Amino acid sequence: MNSTNTATLTQPGVPMRVRNVSKRFGAFKALDNVSLEVAAGELVCLLGPSGCGKTTLLRCIAGLERQDDGHLYLGDRDVSELAPQARDYGILFQSYALFPNLTVEANIAYGLAGRNRDGARKRVVQMLELVGLTDSEKKFPGQLSGGQQQRVALARALAPAPSLLLLDEPMSALDARVREHLCTHLRQLQRSLGITTLMVTHNQDEAMLMADRIAVMNNGKVEQYATPQDIYDKPATPFVAEFVGQGNWLPFQRNSDSHAQVGGLSIRLAADAGRAASGRLFCRPEAISVNPVLHQENLFAARVREITFLGNRCRMRFELNQLPGHALTAEVGTHELPRLGAQDIFVALPPSSLQVFA
Amino acid sequence: MFKPLALVAAVLTAFSVNAFAAKTELTVYTALEAEQLKSYKQAFEKANPDVEIKWVRDSTGIITAKLLAEKARPQADAVWGLAASSLAILDQQGMLQSYAPQDLAKIGPNYRDAANPPAWVGMDVWAATICFNTLEAEKQGLTKPVSWQDLTKPEYKGKIVMPNPASSGTGFLDVSAWLQTFGEKQGWAYMDALHQNIGQYVHSGSKPCKLAAAGEFPIGIPFEYPAVQLKRQGAPLDIILPKEGLGWEIEATAVIKGTPHEAAAKKLADFSASPAAMELYKENFAVLAQPGIAKPQTELPADYEQRLIKNDFAWASKNRDAILTEWRKRYDGKSEKVAQ
Amino acid sequence: MAAHMALPLTGKQSAQVPLGDRIFVLGGKLFLLLLLGVAVLMPLLAIFWRGFSAEGGQGGGWVAARELVTSDNFHWLVGNSLNVSLSVAAIVVPLAYLFAYALQRTLIPGKRIWRGLSLLPLMAPSMLPGIALVYLFGNQGVLRGLVADNIYGFWGIVLGEAIYTFPHALMILLSALSLADARLFDAASSMGASPFKAFRSITWPGTRQAVFAAFCLVFTLTITDFGVPVVVGGDYQVLALEAYKAVVGQQQFGRGALIGMVLLLPALFSFGVDAWLRRQHGDAMSGRAQVFKPLSSKGRDGCYLAIVLLICAALLLVFGMAVYSSLVKFWPYNLSLSLNHYQFSDTAGGGWLAYRNSVTMALCTALIGSAVIFTGAYLMEKTNGQKRLNLALRMLSFVPMAVPGLVLGLGYVFFFNLPGNPLHVFYGTMTLLVVCTIAHYLTTAHMTATTALRQLDSEFEAAALSLKAPLYRHYWRVTLPICLPALLDIVRYLFVSAMTTVSAAIFLYSPDTILAAVAVLNMDDAGNVGGAAAMSTLILFTSAGVSLLLAWASRGVLRRSQAWRQGAPAQ
Repeated sequence: MNSTNTATLTQPGVPMRVRNVSKRFGAFKALDNVSLEVAAGELVCLLGPSGCGKTTLLRCIAGLERQDDGHLYLGDRDVSELAPQARDYGILFQSYALFPNLTVEANIAYGLAGRNRDGARKRVVQMLELVGLTDSEKKFPGQLSGGQQQRVALARALAPAPSLLLLDEPMSALDARVREHLCTHLRQLQRSLGITTLMVTHNQDEAMLMADRIAVMNNGKVEQYATPQDIYDKPATPFVAEFVGQGNWLPFQRNSDSHAQVGGLSIRLAADAGRAASGRLFCRPEAISVNPVLHQENLFAARVREITFLGNRCRMRFELNQLPGHALTAEVGTHELPRLGAQDIFVALPPSSLQVFA
Repeated sequence: MFKPLALVAAVLTAFSVNAFAAKTELTVYTALEAEQLKSYKQAFEKANPDVEIKWVRDSTGIITAKLLAEKARPQADAVWGLAASSLAILDQQGMLQSYAPQDLAKIGPNYRDAANPPAWVGMDVWAATICFNTLEAEKQGLTKPVSWQDLTKPEYKGKIVMPNPASSGTGFLDVSAWLQTFGEKQGWAYMDALHQNIGQYVHSGSKPCKLAAAGEFPIGIPFEYPAVQLKRQGAPLDIILPKEGLGWEIEATAVIKGTPHEAAAKKLADFSASPAAMELYKENFAVLAQPGIAKPQTELPADYEQRLIKNDFAWASKNRDAILTEWRKRYDGKSEKVAQ
Repeated sequence: MAAHMALPLTGKQSAQVPLGDRIFVLGGKLFLLLLLGVAVLMPLLAIFWRGFSAEGGQGGGWVAARELVTSDNFHWLVGNSLNVSLSVAAIVVPLAYLFAYALQRTLIPGKRIWRGLSLLPLMAPSMLPGIALVYLFGNQGVLRGLVADNIYGFWGIVLGEAIYTFPHALMILLSALSLADARLFDAASSMGASPFKAFRSITWPGTRQAVFAAFCLVFTLTITDFGVPVVVGGDYQVLALEAYKAVVGQQQFGRGALIGMVLLLPALFSFGVDAWLRRQHGDAMSGRAQVFKPLSSKGRDGCYLAIVLLICAALLLVFGMAVYSSLVKFWPYNLSLSLNHYQFSDTAGGGWLAYRNSVTMALCTALIGSAVIFTGAYLMEKTNGQKRLNLALRMLSFVPMAVPGLVLGLGYVFFFNLPGNPLHVFYGTMTLLVVCTIAHYLTTAHMTATTALRQLDSEFEAAALSLKAPLYRHYWRVTLPICLPALLDIVRYLFVSAMTTVSAAIFLYSPDTILAAVAVLNMDDAGNVGGAAAMSTLILFTSAGVSLLLAWASRGVLRRSQAWRQGAPAQ
């Protein structure tokens, strides 16, 4: 890919702000007082299950839906009331929405109507180079592969040099093999262009792979807005914990400042675990040590129920001897399997990996 | 809300008329046969170069319906060539402007509205006849009828076509003539009998003769003009004038009340009643409103005019609704209800 | 109405929408609303107003309505109309079903020819089958010897209407039978189900709603048509003819309006039931259905070919007879051929003027109508502002389907003649005929347009807006080219319908704007059957010619655009 002087291809990125935006469809609250700030040049993913409001938020930002309440800012412009044409963004749809009767070239030039012929032509060539489709300009979208179509759609969205790029589930029409490659490509391109980007997806892997920050949405609200790492390691709500990655849940009663009672077990908590009197403990599978070499806190006897082979890792389902009937999951490296041996094991739940939700 | 728009429309219309037509454009409604229109228009415009006729032509029923529909806002300036009974209805609705044309004195007293000045003035006369297909008669062994009564003979069962009086002026003329000639009671009795022989009631006054000419039904009861025309074209027809007398109708002219072109419309009324116009009419009709001009038509007997019954138009117009209601009650729905 | 519609005319958002688009979207919708209001809603309201206003001698008003409804004559007319309409529907729907089944589910040869022939009745006014029947089975008809009585009456109407309505029923059933999921039939045959059982359990449930719709359509078309009864009805009278006679022959507008309202009932009823059924069932076919490909079966194909040939032969006989009779010098006494009937003398209700008017009217209807209807459907489908306005437009667009042409025509007479209506200047003009014809055939055209538009990616417009392209430019550059085949379909439908319609036009023409189909009626009424046959033939050939031309153009468009239409994404 040609990335020599891509930075000159777009305007410098501008920040985008969403302030207290609400939107109802009849009795259904699609967006409930949502606020979000995207820094200039940042790539933010809106992640959530279907119906969580992520697409509605994107469409509000695009001006395709009107928010009932709240404001939208692009740079220092209030675009809340503007028509889509006046907002200055490019958008890449899930279906790409390429115009089938226009050639690749004409599709890319579609948003360049205001420019003179030479200027538009030059821009189209630039864009074709940018996405690496220089020899396909006379083809129709129907003659291209899915990945090529996506690149044309991206070139078309970027051609008018918008200050914001919106991506609406851009990968979901592609098969898994090309998906990861294209994610990386898209991310590189975005970074080199420095264009502020908002992407909607329901796929956490995509979000993790691409985003500077992720806004996890549920029921029309932003549950957590943080870097991928924080979302994974420190989920702010049970929903985020459950939605992103795998996890173990243990219902508890507090029996002292430092300990929680789970069934017959007394589990030590980290010092910063909060003061909730009861609730659930959350723990990532890979944080659980199986047959630890060194002594660790919260070490319990357990019995393996099932081992699933995942290539470089194994997923191990087990029950704590003192908590029968409550299956937990741990993940260990495949190379560790020989070391683990028999069905009866010891597992450690390090206090620092235990998160407390009231 | 409509008013200002209407005003604009009116102004525009007026403007366009004044701007593009130096002559007065006179909208004339007519039920005359189309081939007659050209010569009539030419003759009138030659005599009145400042007026131009714009024809609106259709059958008697439709033209009458149109005039009535437009009662609130008449579109016509004058009527030239419409059944007097229709004009009488318009007169009852107060739509006609009474006017005595210059040659009114020359018009026969039977051929004009009795009021003074008259609401309408006659042009010529058309009358009921029988068309008899001689070829089919031979094939089917039918004897030639000579009277209205003959038509009730059982041999003609299903072989006669006549116009429906509810939709055709000629049909109404037939019925009203039978009621006047035979008396009301016998008239209905006659129609009851005739009804048994009717193959079809049709909706126009000329169609019965066309159907007879084509042999579709061997006997038709039309008016005389299509019969004469078809015979001239060589159709195998005998034109029969029944001996009891012929029902007839006056073709007449009238001025529409409230027309913006009243002067021109009156010129038309003058022309229509003039000897010059009668010269035109005589090409098509054997009996004219001005006596002494008509020439005999070879297809019709010389005593044609004497065979016309004494027709009471006022009576016919007044009782039109009642007659039609009775007729419909008796004969509409032929195939189901047998008349008593 | 407009008062409480929240149009964002003054909002800040609209201030940012380019002026061109504001005119295109909002202007287009308001124009459409105005048009539908004037062309559909007001005339209908005028009917009710006329029917219930007791003006002297007009046969309207509550008293007259009661009198009408309780009169023996009315009962007789209603009985006749029902008899005829039910008989026609009972004859036509099974035949059309067999015909459609033959075309969609068997391997008979020559399908395109049969399909083309079956559409013949659409190309001519409804009087043409009637005229042909007179020449075939009238007292001087060539086949008179085969039947006991002449054609005039019940059987004449039933036969004529059966021919006239056949393609209408056929089109519904063809599209219903075109949707078949091969997987269901595979499953049935693997379970050892007989073809009859497979039909009963798969085909019939999938098409019975279409059968009902076809039945309703044929019923409604028949009960509101007066073209056939006027020609071969004889003294067997029906409601539609009565309404025509009441207005044209007897000047009883109120009575006409009352009967018009009665005629509105079956259409409204079937429209309502059909809509209800549709909501009950929804779409049975999933997008993943596999296209059904019939297996070859000599016996079955032979039977169906015989049925199809029989029906096509009957149609050819009727239409051939009409064409032949138009060439005969003087039926039945001089059978030498001539073009005399085509030299329409000035007498015969319009002649060549009528033909020229009809072509002009059909062209205007087709071009203006398809532009307005397609653009309207686009605005309704693809712009999401003005929700209430869209809803109002959508509802109004469906009204004409439930309004027979006869009733619509009466409505026009009443509405445009209202005292003080400035639109009266259009009365009797070509403009009004075009408007009325567009309104009459609006729903079908609108549905064709909507279906085509719904197949487009719903994000096209959003993409165009994000690229700051004005919507009207997008409509012109992308939407129209993609939908061109559907658009040509609409043009053809409107042209042919306008060429052949009499039902509404009969009340609206003036001598200057007389139409060919009306001339047919008038010539037949005046007994000039040869002229009527000749004019019908002209209409038939014009409609068929234009249809073929448009089909050819459509194929050309498809071939030229094959590069982008057929090119499937190669993954």
